[in-house]
Order: sequence, then structure tokens, then C-alpha cells
Amino acid sequence: MASKKPAKAKSRPAAKPAAKATAGRRAATAAATAASPAPIPFTKILVANRGEIACRVMRTCRRLGIRTVAVHSDADADALHVREADEAVRIGPAPSAESYLRAEAIVEACRKTGAQAVHPGYGFLSENAAFAAALDAAGIVFIGPTMSAVAAMGDKIESKKLAQKAGVNMVPGHLAAIADAEEAVTIARKVGYPVMIKASAGGGGKGMRIAHDDAETRDGFRSATSEARSSFGDERVFIEKFIEQPRHIEIQVLGDAHGNVIHLGERECSIQRRHQKVIEEAPSPFLDAKTRAAMGAQAVALAKAVDYRSAGTVEFIVDSKRNFYFLEMNTRLQVEHPVTEMVTGLDLVEWMIRVAAGERLPFAQKDIALTGWAVEARVYAEDPFRNFLPSIGRLTRYQPPAGPGLRVDTGVFDGGEISMYYDPMIAKLVASGATRAEACDRLAAALDAYVVRGLNHNISFLQALIRHERFRAGRLTTGFIAEEFKGGFRGAELPLSLERRLAAVAALVRHRIHKREAAVTGQLAGHERTVPSRFVVAFDGGSGMAHEVELGDARAVFADGAVLALESDWRVGEILFRGEVDGHTLHVQVETDGATLLLLHAGVSLKASVLTPRVAELARLMPVKRPPDMSRFLLSPMPGLLKAIAVKPGQDVKAGEELCVIEAMKMENILRAERDGTIGKLHAAVGDSLAVDQKIVEFG
Amino acid sequence: MQDILDQLAGKRAAARAGGGPRRVEAQHAKGKLTARERLEILLDEGSFEEWDMFVEHRSSEFGMAEQKTPGDGVVTGWGTINGRLVFVFSQDFTVFGGSLSEAHAEKICKIMDHAMKVGAPVIGLNDSGGARIQEGVASLGGYAEVFQRNVVASGVIPQISLIMGPCAGGAVYSPAMTDFIFMVKDSSYMFVTGPDVVKTVTHETVTHEELGGALTHTSKSGVADLAFENDVAALLQTRRFVDFLPSSNRQAPPTRRTEDSPDRIEPALDTLVPANPNKPYDMKELIAKVVDDRDFFEVASDFARNIIVGFGRIEGATVGIVANQPMVLAGCLDIDSSKKAARFVRFCDCFNIPLVTFVDVPGFLPGTAQEFGGIIKHGAKLLFAYAEATVPKVTVITRKAYGGAYDVMASKHLRGDVNYAWPSAEIAVMGPKGAVEIIFRGDLGDPRKVEERTEEYRRRFANPFVAASRGYIDDVIMPSATRPRLARSLAMLRGKKLENPWKKHANIPL
Repeated sequence: MASKKPAKAKSRPAAKPAAKATAGRRAATAAATAASPAPIPFTKILVANRGEIACRVMRTCRRLGIRTVAVHSDADADALHVREADEAVRIGPAPSAESYLRAEAIVEACRKTGAQAVHPGYGFLSENAAFAAALDAAGIVFIGPTMSAVAAMGDKIESKKLAQKAGVNMVPGHLAAIADAEEAVTIARKVGYPVMIKASAGGGGKGMRIAHDDAETRDGFRSATSEARSSFGDERVFIEKFIEQPRHIEIQVLGDAHGNVIHLGERECSIQRRHQKVIEEAPSPFLDAKTRAAMGAQAVALAKAVDYRSAGTVEFIVDSKRNFYFLEMNTRLQVEHPVTEMVTGLDLVEWMIRVAAGERLPFAQKDIALTGWAVEARVYAEDPFRNFLPSIGRLTRYQPPAGPGLRVDTGVFDGGEISMYYDPMIAKLVASGATRAEACDRLAAALDAYVVRGLNHNISFLQALIRHERFRAGRLTTGFIAEEFKGGFRGAELPLSLERRLAAVAALVRHRIHKREAAVTGQLAGHERTVPSRFVVAFDGGSGMAHEVELGDARAVFADGAVLALESDWRVGEILFRGEVDGHTLHVQVETDGATLLLLHAGVSLKASVLTPRVAELARLMPVKRPPDMSRFLLSPMPGLLKAIAVKPGQDVKAGEELCVIEAMKMENILRAERDGTIGKLHAAVGDSLAVDQKIVEFG
Repeated sequence: MQDILDQLAGKRAAARAGGGPRRVEAQHAKGKLTARERLEILLDEGSFEEWDMFVEHRSSEFGMAEQKTPGDGVVTGWGTINGRLVFVFSQDFTVFGGSLSEAHAEKICKIMDHAMKVGAPVIGLNDSGGARIQEGVASLGGYAEVFQRNVVASGVIPQISLIMGPCAGGAVYSPAMTDFIFMVKDSSYMFVTGPDVVKTVTHETVTHEELGGALTHTSKSGVADLAFENDVAALLQTRRFVDFLPSSNRQAPPTRRTEDSPDRIEPALDTLVPANPNKPYDMKELIAKVVDDRDFFEVASDFARNIIVGFGRIEGATVGIVANQPMVLAGCLDIDSSKKAARFVRFCDCFNIPLVTFVDVPGFLPGTAQEFGGIIKHGAKLLFAYAEATVPKVTVITRKAYGGAYDVMASKHLRGDVNYAWPSAEIAVMGPKGAVEIIFRGDLGDPRKVEERTEEYRRRFANPFVAASRGYIDDVIMPSATRPRLARSLAMLRGKKLENPWKKHANIPL
């Protein structure tokens, strides 16, 4: 059902251009935008997507004076993209396959609302030829590349052939089977060391060898062949250049229907977890102008080869010597496009709309310049401490950061919900600055100020990344996360200097709370409470040190004589503490839990006890209580529904044996015994909804 | 003169030494602080004025004449918590195991009498092995003197008991008659008869902790209101707690400055109640977003979790909050939750604390366990308490208010001063499904008709407007505006004066 809403576009103040925050735009860009006030023939655009990208597309539409239509599933009836659109059309039940992936429902929605064009966002139907064809048949414009380009680049082999023909660098190698070790050496020399010998039927690292010289090639050939034979029953191997310290760097291209294609520089997306990008930036800290130009030229050549008429991305893998090789081309708007917008000052969605309307790009390659730096972090509802398990539920508090150089592309709101049906992304947080360091600092501060409550999120992990020394040094590879967080994420680390600053913050917060408490009515006149200013701050975790702090006039004096400047206008009850501490602007989230304070900063969550020296002395007499031993229990690793229990009390189980099945996020998760044992008691029954850490099975 | 001064100093030192270094060390080894250390934490620095430091017992039986320690196992006096007067007693386990002698009881009675005279709370720190057996009936008499004062003081001054060690036998009845009981985990227990007697009589094997530990009493029996990790936490939280309470029934609750605007809108509350009426949500989110500075002090948080009770402030002034919790038993009223809330409502009424009630109640919990357990009389306690209360009463129905439970939960008919409903409110005798099954019994075989009837009922009754049309609801408010509306109502009610007819006392169905 189409629900009409009053013409919001008119009543709203002109929306800010998406990339407004980045300072220092090149004049040519501004001129280009000014020179193209060409009226856009579309007056109403349907956005065939949800979440942040739908909101982001609508923002540009609003700025251009175009009315917007949202489509939504039942689960999204109250979603932000529905609230932001001028009209909304329900297209089906919650599962994507029955809603956002239903081309005919979206075409129907266009017909019903009179939308002349559709922006598909990314994912869902953005690269679906049948959808584009259906729109075409209905006389509705698809805001994206031509379907022939999509089809050509969508096919792994076809795209590689096309790229090779267009003169794009390919990973050197010999894809045919190799007869013997000597042929392997010949090929390896031709490809250039180091090389990778791979089983044709391979997978999972089996039958793979890296060789740096002839001898290793001979050995590697033999062992890879035999391993391939035993593992896959197919001994064929091939040789490919081994890319050392690979980086993922991609080029943004933009083409129009008049044969013009330019590139907008690169984005580095090497920080990935299981091929999921986590942090992206533009420009790359690694590229020089020459490499950038060469990559850009190849990307443009490939785009031209397929008559590309929209925004697209050519992905490359780059080795430690700045050799770059083609990976694939994405024929849609990328998730990480905002970093490019922030350094070029262009609104990619605007240009997608304009070229889809047949407009000619009013700027040429020479007009494009990259100014400053932009870094994006993807904020997800997932628990980094539990192997990034998705987390769903209500955002009981959601307060995104704001400030100079910041852009938050979000699809949720305070009191909104992350549902189990879709990607659990909360937002893309983008920070820009004149330099990489400034952008990173801003991003870190913005993450400190990002208040998300009600579900688990990955902000602490993002903090650990953005503050990582190696990240700061720009020494990125696609293996960064696997190498730096071996065995998973266990929490960000807190340097002692920062712990001290936080101790000062904790003392100030406690002091303010005491002052508030002492402002109570009904005190014995003349015997009112005087509030202490000396505290002992002890953190649960951290260095284990007790910090003795005396608060003075805008400063904190530590027992060893160190003096920290300390100022803040924080008031009791506020979650966000913003203050100047020791010459640094600090954002710390503050929660109180009875007599303890909880501080969140730099990805670390610290319990702080802040006591007067005498009480602290007495508190040291208190017994240290060990948390109860939970190893006898099988605890639910996630919230979900207990679908089945495979064991009975008294039953013996072997390690690896199935214990129960939990359904969460539409996935059935089988929990297995970690070691041999006997089942004692069942603490939950089939059909129960489980909370995280709820006991399910007790072992005898 | 110097002689006397030296003597005084010597006597003070002897009193302060309590049971001596060895016993103090043993007390510490048990993870417990001494009686005086505890008072240092509870009271404002330097504010404690000790009385009866030199009191000694008068017993001569069983060689007691030779064993005297000044103070006789309890430290008493007064001090301040954030500048406000409180009277305290703190039993000293290092002296005769904190056992209660006649003199020990007299010391407690003295501060209770003073507290009554000046109108200030009494906070008792209990850590006692029980009666001083050597004193026989004098000790029992001492207990009863304290009991009598507990009862007379009830409703006049707030009485708070902290159980910080053993508290067994008759000793439990003094705390039992105070307003709130806080316990310390792992180092305190309360029971009428201990594990040994239990074993002999009922052949049950049970540990001290299982029988009467903090977790037992805060989650199973409901005897204690809160359990804290250790002495320090318990004492610091007690300070926070006292800040909410008036000093006596002659005074208004204290207020304290806040920068939290009474006009604060919380947009997230507009989406708190899920579209599906059977889906739970956390009522505590509403409470935290409505009170000043997110500061809510919940009591009895582990017992009868289907109802939430506790203190908060609105515009700086204390309010007592009672709320159904849809997350537990769908927010049903049952025996435990009725008792818990009734006692809380009566406490607030005693001490002039306005009541704010958030209602999402599908009814009373059905079942033989409930009926055999006397839900009729226990449910009546909450009804009685609300009906009797004369303090300002503001009620907000967030979702379900069905049947008799609607009446109970501070409805207009029980002299509710201001009764609001959210647009999601459903005020009816029962939910649509149950109602259709009764009204349209004849249509039950036809699912299509049942659906139609259910929809019809929903349209007609599952909303706040029927109640609003009769004036049972004063206004339907936006959830996001709940705090401003409450603040205004409470401000309007500050001058409320309502009295029940004179009576000796009412006869609440106990």
C-alpha cells in the first residue's frame, strides 16, 4: 500500500551536501557543480534499498529537490529510511527474498507512486540484470551502469579476459596444468619469484606452496602435487605470482553516457576481517602519484571497454613493491564511497543520478584532486569478544557523534531496532582531516563519543584498530587483522598514560557526584557536608595500580607529584564526559553502577572504584571474590531460541558430540561438547528463548 | 585533672580496641570490617558522635564479672549522611561475639528513643551471635525492648537494617520489623533456627548460606531487599539510599538540585512498546529515562521480578516508583509481587513520598499454587495499600491494564490523582482473545469469524479511549513526553491534602 505523506521536501531546510565537512575543495569541483544546474528530469526517485544507504541516497535527492519513495518490508515499517522518505510502499514480509529482492514488487511500487527512476543502493538488486530489464520495460530509469557492463563484470572469467584485453595488469601466472618440476621452474622464472604453487582443485590452503627460488619450486611442485593427489584426487597444480604483503586498493570510476570516464582516485580497504571490509580510507597511505595515475588509467580503460556509465569500482591487489593487479570490478555504488566523496568533494549519488538522466560529466580528469584524508569505520551490531557474533535488538540509547570533519551515514535511530533479517550494520562513521593522522584522531574521538546501548557492537574493536601503532604507521595488508589479533579480539589495550588521565576523570566525576549528594535538603544547619577532594582510584583491569588523586583548581595532583590539567563541564547524569585532560580533549562515556563507575574510552571499558583514602584502605580488607566456575555449564553464546536438545541427564557425551541447537539470526547453531563428560542437569527446555550466557546444560 | 584526662583517654582506647587485635584480625580474615570501621564508611567523615562508650554489662554469672569490655559489644550514637542526621548502632562481633546483653539492648533503645524524639532514621548494623546466654532472660527482655521500639517507630522514622554477619533466632525479628533489610553476600545470614536444628528436626541438610544467606533472602524468601558484594559496597549504597528518604513522617522527602530538565523529551520511548502485544519490553528503560539523571534505586530487585519498586527523583524530589515488568511472567500480579509492592506502597505513604505507577499488567497469575497460596488475600494487600494511600498518586498505563489488576494498579477509582495512558494502552476486562472466546462462544468453530470478532473487539476495547471517555484516564500522552507530564503533575500535586477518617489503624488483610 502506498502511503502518501505531505511534501516534506519543501518544508525541510536544504539538506547539507553529503561531503560538506571536508575543508578545502578544489575550485574546479565547485565550478563543475555550479556549472551544471541542469534541471534533472526526475522529480521522484524510488530507492530500492534499506538502512543507511537508502537514507544516504534520499539525502542527496532531497538536496536536489527530488521527491523520494521508500520501499520496505514488514520488519522495516518503522525504519529510518521509511521515516525519511516522502512516500513509503510496503513490498512484502521481512525476509529479503520476499521483499527487497522482489523486482516485480518494486517495479509495481514505481508504477503506483509515479517514480521515474530507481536507485538500487548496493547489494539486493543493484547488480541484477532482470531487475534492470524489468524497469526498462516499464519505462523507468535504473540509476546505475548498463546491464551489459554489469553482466560483463559479473562473470569472473569474462571480466578477467576483458580486463586483460583492456591492458589491465593481471596477476602473472600460468593457469594450465604443469607437467613436471622442470617445467614448473621455467614457468616460475618467467612469472618471477616468489611464486605460489596451487592445486587446481585446491581449497583451504591444502596443496599450496610458496617458492622463492628454483630449489623451492622443485620441492614445492612435488609436495603440492602429492598433497593435491591425496587431498583432492587430482594432482594438477598451477603457478601464480605470490603477492607479498598484499593490499586491497580500489579505484573509483565515474562515466557518463557520452563516452566520458574519469577516476576519482583510490580507496584503501586492506583492513578486512574474513573478506569483510572494516576500515577504509582515501587516499591510500601507500600509493604514490605515479602508481595512482597508472591504476587510474587502467581502471578508466576497463570502464571504457564496457561502456561504463555510472559510478563503479575497479579493485586491485597491490604488492609491497607497488605492483598492482586486477581483482574485479564492482558495478555499483560501494559501501565505502563516502571516503572518496570527502576527499574529492563530489557527491557520487548526485552524479549517478545526473548521468543516468543523460547528463554529461562537466569535469575532466585534470579537474579532480584529492584534498586531505578520510577514514571510514563500519560500526556493526556484532560482538567482537564473541567472534563477531551478530547482535540484534533494540537500541535503547543511540547517540551518534557530531563535529567538524565527521560524517555519520546511519540507518537507525534512538529507540530503533536492529533486526535479525538484514545486515547488522549500525552506521558508517567517516572522519576527514588535512592529514591522515588528523582524520584518524578525529575518528578515534568520534568513536569515543559514539553512544550505543541495548546491543553489542564492535566499537571497541574499531578503536583497537584505529589506535593500533601499525595502523597509524600505514603498514597495512589484507592480513592485518589476522596477524595483529591472533586468536581473536580480547579487548583494546590501555597505555598507562591514558589510564592516569582516566583516573583523573574518574576522580572528577566522583567529586561532582559527591557535590550533588551534598546539595540535598534537610542537613543539620551549620553542620553541612564538606565534600572530599582526595580520592584513590582503582580500576578493575588495567595496570592494577591504585591512583591517589587530589583534585585542585582545574587540575589533578597525583601522589607522585604529577600534575594533570583537568577541566570539564560534565554534569551528573550525563553519559558523555567531554573534557580537557592533560592537554588532550577526552571523550569518555560514564555510567554508574551503584558505588562503582564504568568508564568507556579508547575501546576499553573500565570499572572504577573511586574512594576516599580511608575508605580505600578499608576496601583493601575486603575479600577478592572469584566469579563462580561456569566451566561445568554449557552457556548460550548468543540470544536465540532453543530449537532442540540432543542429550538427556545422565548421558555420557564425547567431545564434539552435539548438545543442542540454538536458532539465532535465522541460523541454526549447533553447540557441541568441548570435552568428554556426563550430562548432569538441563537448565532450559526446547522452545525457551535464551539470553547470552544463560545456562543450558550442566555437566555432572 | 590530668589524671582524669589520662583515665578518659585510657578508657576510650580500651573501648576502641573492641575485642582486641586478635579478634579484629579474625573479623578481617572473615572479610568483615569492625563495628567502628563500618561506621566510618557509613557516616560523613568525622561526623560520628559515640554515646555510651563506657557502658558495661552487669552480669556476674559464669565468671562474667571478670570479663568486661567498655561498650559491651555495640557501638551506638549519631552522625550524618550527606549532612542529614541519622542514629546508628553497630554490633561489635569482636566483643562477646556481638551478643546482646541487657546493657547492649539499653544502648540500642537509647538511640532509638532519641531518633523518635528528633525525627531521624535509625540504621542498625547487625553482626551478632545472638542472645548473651549468660544473662538469661535479661537478654531476652532486651530483645523485646528493641522490638517494641521498632514497632512504635514504624511509620514514624525510617528504619534500615544491614545484616553484616550472623543474625539468628529471636535476633531476626528486629530487622524483620524495620523498613528495609540489606545483606552482605557470603558473610551474613539470617534464620530463625540454624542448620543443626533443621537437621535434627526435619532431617534436611542445608548450609548456612543456603538456609539464610543473602541470595536466599533476596531471591527466594523476599525477607531481605538487597544483597551487596561486601561491607564497603553495602555501606556506600546505604548512604545513597538514605538520600532518598525523609527523616521522619513529619517531614517532606528531601530534594536535591538537578540540571536534568523536567521538560526532557525521550524520543526512544515512542518505540518502547513493541507492535506485537505479546512481545515483552524492559520497563526499566522507561524508568531510567523518566527519573532525574538516570538515577533509580531499585529495591527487592531479585525477588518477584514481575514488579519493579524503587526510588527515583523528579525535579529533585523523591518519588516511589512501582511498575509491572513485562519481561518477567508478562508482568502478571502474583502473591510475591503483590506483597512486595504493597509493602513498598505503604512505606511511601507513611513517609509522604509520592507514588508513580507504570502499568502493563495482563491480570493475576492463574493456577493452584496461587490460589492455594492465598492470592486472594495477598493480592488484596496491594489493592488495600493503594486505596489507603493519601500521598500524590500519578499513574501511567503503557500497555495492558486488564481486569481486576487494572483496578489494583493505582487506578482512578482508588483515588489516583492523575491517570495517564500511552496510545498503546489497552484498558479492558481482558485481552481480545479471551474476551472473544466468552462473548462469542457460538462462533468458536469458525476461525474466520473468530478473527473478525477479535478484530472488532480490538478496535472497540484494546485502546485507551473507552477509559478516557469515562474520565478514568485524564489524558492520553505521547510516551516521549512522559517525564514532562509526570513532572507537571507532581508539581501540581505538591499541595495535596487528603486524610483517611480517624481510626486506631486499618485492618489490612495480612
